[in-house]
Amino acid sequence: MGFFQTNLPYLLAGISTGGQYALIAIGYTMVYGILRLINFAHGDVFMCAALMVIYSASYLPLYISLPLAIVATGLLGFAIERVAYKPLRTAPRMSAMISAIGMSYLIQNLALYVTGGLTKYYPPVPFISDSIEIFGAMTKRVTVITPFVTLFLIIVLVSIIKYTKIGIAMRAVSRDFETAQLMGVKINSVISATFVIGSLLAAIGSTLFFSNYTGVTPTVGGMPGLKAFVAAVFGGIGSIPGAVIGAFIIGICENLIKGMGLTTFSDAFTFVLLIVVLMFMPTGLFGEKATDKV
Amino acid sequence: MEKEKKKDLIISLAVIAAVYAIVAVLEAVLPRTSMLFTVLKKGSIYALVAVSMNLLNGFTGLFSLGQAGFMLLGAYTYAIFTIPVEQRAAVYQYFDGGIIQFSLPVFLGIILAGVVAAFFAYLIGLPVLKLKSDYLAIATLGFAEIIRALFQWDKLGGLTNGSNLLRRFPVFKSTLFPMTVAGICIAIIVMLINSTYGRAFKAIRDDDVAAEAMGINLAHHKRLAFTISSFFAGISGALLAMFQTTVQAAQFKSAMTYEILLIVVIGGIGSVSGSVISSFLFIACSEWWLRFLDNADTYIGSFHVPLLRPGFRKVVFSIVIMAIVLLYQRGIMGDKEFSISGIRKKIAARKAAKAKKKEGTK
Amino acid sequence: MKKTIVLLAVLLVSVSLVFAGGSGESAGSKGSKVVKIGVYEPASGDNGAGGKQETLGIQYANYVTPTVNIGGTEYEVQLVIVDNESSNDKAVTAASELVSKGVSLVLGSYGSGVSIAAGDTFASAEVPAIGVTCTNPQVTLGNEWYYRICFLDPFQGTVLANYAKDSFGAKKAYALAKLGDDYSVGLCNYFIKAFEALGGTVVYETFPEGTSDFAAYVANAKKSGCDVFFSPVSIEAAALIIEQANTQGLSMPILAGDTWDSNVVLGAAKGTKVNVSVTTFFVEGSTDPQITSFVSGLKSYLASNATAMTNNGGNDEIAAVTAMGFDAYYTALEALKKAGSTKGADIQKVLPSVTYKGVSGDIAFDANGDAVRTVAYVKKVDNATGKWQFVSVQSVK
Repeated sequence: MGFFQTNLPYLLAGISTGGQYALIAIGYTMVYGILRLINFAHGDVFMCAALMVIYSASYLPLYISLPLAIVATGLLGFAIERVAYKPLRTAPRMSAMISAIGMSYLIQNLALYVTGGLTKYYPPVPFISDSIEIFGAMTKRVTVITPFVTLFLIIVLVSIIKYTKIGIAMRAVSRDFETAQLMGVKINSVISATFVIGSLLAAIGSTLFFSNYTGVTPTVGGMPGLKAFVAAVFGGIGSIPGAVIGAFIIGICENLIKGMGLTTFSDAFTFVLLIVVLMFMPTGLFGEKATDKV
Repeated sequence: MEKEKKKDLIISLAVIAAVYAIVAVLEAVLPRTSMLFTVLKKGSIYALVAVSMNLLNGFTGLFSLGQAGFMLLGAYTYAIFTIPVEQRAAVYQYFDGGIIQFSLPVFLGIILAGVVAAFFAYLIGLPVLKLKSDYLAIATLGFAEIIRALFQWDKLGGLTNGSNLLRRFPVFKSTLFPMTVAGICIAIIVMLINSTYGRAFKAIRDDDVAAEAMGINLAHHKRLAFTISSFFAGISGALLAMFQTTVQAAQFKSAMTYEILLIVVIGGIGSVSGSVISSFLFIACSEWWLRFLDNADTYIGSFHVPLLRPGFRKVVFSIVIMAIVLLYQRGIMGDKEFSISGIRKKIAARKAAKAKKKEGTK
Repeated sequence: MKKTIVLLAVLLVSVSLVFAGGSGESAGSKGSKVVKIGVYEPASGDNGAGGKQETLGIQYANYVTPTVNIGGTEYEVQLVIVDNESSNDKAVTAASELVSKGVSLVLGSYGSGVSIAAGDTFASAEVPAIGVTCTNPQVTLGNEWYYRICFLDPFQGTVLANYAKDSFGAKKAYALAKLGDDYSVGLCNYFIKAFEALGGTVVYETFPEGTSDFAAYVANAKKSGCDVFFSPVSIEAAALIIEQANTQGLSMPILAGDTWDSNVVLGAAKGTKVNVSVTTFFVEGSTDPQITSFVSGLKSYLASNATAMTNNGGNDEIAAVTAMGFDAYYTALEALKKAGSTKGADIQKVLPSVTYKGVSGDIAFDANGDAVRTVAYVKKVDNATGKWQFVSVQSVK
């Protein structure tokens, strides 16, 4: 009980950041599963969602601007796919990847230009931004809500993938792209749906993240994006449950490391964990064993 | 045929020598502080690291994102070992003058930079090169970040000066210095690519299972490519330290690796001349040509141009990059090299097409 | 064909821009002669907010006094502003740009790291630079071309340590710096030395760049039973720390250096129960006529100029860095007048003997190029009104 008591603030922070990383990681893992593409721009979509809320909240009341921004982020994901990835579907993989990097730069620089370089602050969201006390540790309500919201969304997502038509189509496309096309699956719709779902989840994740840590800068999506991607790889790229579990593990370990006084290595530790796992399980915790065809 | 090849080689060398001569003349003529020289210096440094990354990604097919980490190692090694002994107390002011109390001459420092980077690459490669492409990328990226955290750790401050800048090490004044060093290194890489080792690398890139079946030792060659590429990345790190006159671990982020990757892919994976050309264009475009877009007080006649603000230059630059990526799907040079025989063939082909057209209309 | 057209267009534009690079003498608006002063400040990145406020001080001074009399001729003063993006690798190219535009001297920067990084560029181009609020000793150490008008970190660290001991009665301090940042690591270093010399103990930690989540650090401070939270980091991180401290109900006082003297900190602390004190260069409340005319003049300038108001953080609370920027401009004018020429080398010869009485106090340079400063002001946030409350004047015996 003593360990639990002293480390409670760190565990709470860890669970909450883990949940936020999980919502971003799902976007990465879904896109990779279908297109074998690392969507570098995803972290910046996360940041954009926050900026959209901030700007629209100065004109509209929060209960309108928040859902509006979430929907707009989904559309943003759709637009990015159409503009930057669709034309390069037949190009070498490297080109698609730098198109993602280029898109990430473009979004960051646009955000820098529009905000003028100053940090913007997320409006406090009633109820979830309030401070509460848990077993003697003070934190914001959102840290406790996050894991539940995350789990709920994941259950919804997994049900969609298992039981709906579009979900089966997604699974088919990620298993074998060309055969699925031959079988009459509308590839463009499947891919667009993947991006939209990923972006919507990232937008919800950004609401949870920024109600907790309210500073929004153009590069704020970089580190969480990278960590979420590491979580996705860690759990086995292409596997949604893997990405989620990986994200929670990373979030919790990161904060426990800080609690132990090794603050210099809190970021680097995520990568150490990743490399150690990859040494023993080269395709991640829940990754698929790929066979080498000659 | 042999004679033609020899003639082409001599012409290529003459062209390269002419470029250096032109730069030497410009140095004497233009003011030393002109932006042209800044671009040439930075461009040649990035050209070297781009070619080294191309050796790994384009010629051997190993997708690695650790370049920034090796540049960091090279830059720090050079800085740590060449700071003059009298200056060490001032630079390492929070660490009582630091552990190292001797200093090496410049060339030895540069070579040592490459060697240290290559050594770390060898160690990292042992576990990591077994992984498949995207996993290799994220693992190398991870190592680069770990190295960066280590170099900022204040327990190692006696060696690395912790979070503080390293400075006062010898730097270069003339633009020809980085251009020459980069030129020599790139020439070595080109010779490597045209040797049996280079052919083995290309075989691994095209199909590594088949290459292994043909008797190529995969592990050995992969490690070789990784180590050599990191050696040159280390040297370019040392050159970057000399260009910036200060070194700090915080700047060698993964964003730097992404920039280099952009340069390599825009130039064309598998094309050395493509990497060199795109490196200069990239640096010129991002640092120099578009600077006027940042000036908020721009007028055309008496019309105040709207939208221009600090930050606009970067937006335009990103749009330019996206345009190039979308239009030139295989890079500017594709996988061909810039060569005199290539130009000769193109001229001949165009002549033949013109002749055919004339025939047709007759 | 499409590709070649695009490539040719790019080449054409680029060739024309080689010659449009913009440098050398240019005629002023009335055909008068022009002297250029470079403003080397961050407008984006971690220190963007502070850099903008400092630039604001310089711009306001230029607005009040746009001309200077050098050797009998009236010169128009043109500001050339570059953004060094608060990052050391962009520092060199930004500094080269200033130099290539032919400035006579440079003011700046906010942020010691970028100042140190650009030091050699200015020195080799023979352009003297006057640091405004960069407090790390390494900026001027060994560099004959860099001067500064603010106090130094060893002084500031000692003042802070004394204040923590005397006013808060602190025996154990928690010091938090940003990893990889010379300024905060350096200042923490001096604070720790001074505090330990007074018999206290310090728990020292660092956070990596890009951290948004300060929960663990605040928790660490509480857990280790410290009496004061010392964190001289950038404004961006400051706001997040204050917020987290409020969420977790941190009872110990928070202490910081000159970087926290900003409206952003006021805004973050307003309405909370967090106790924030800072050491700084300037206080608004004086009755000295020079200071009151500066304050009222600046406030009306802000009211009339919307961009300036946004750069100041959206309200008219005056930050110390703005006052320092204002003084730096006038010091530069004094140097130009004394040198009687616009050449950097001539200005550098007379700088050691330049003196000026500014809104932040008397400015004079010592042998190292540092300002002779013996006092620092301590301010506290008034949580109810969101304004600064003057506490005391500190000096080091």
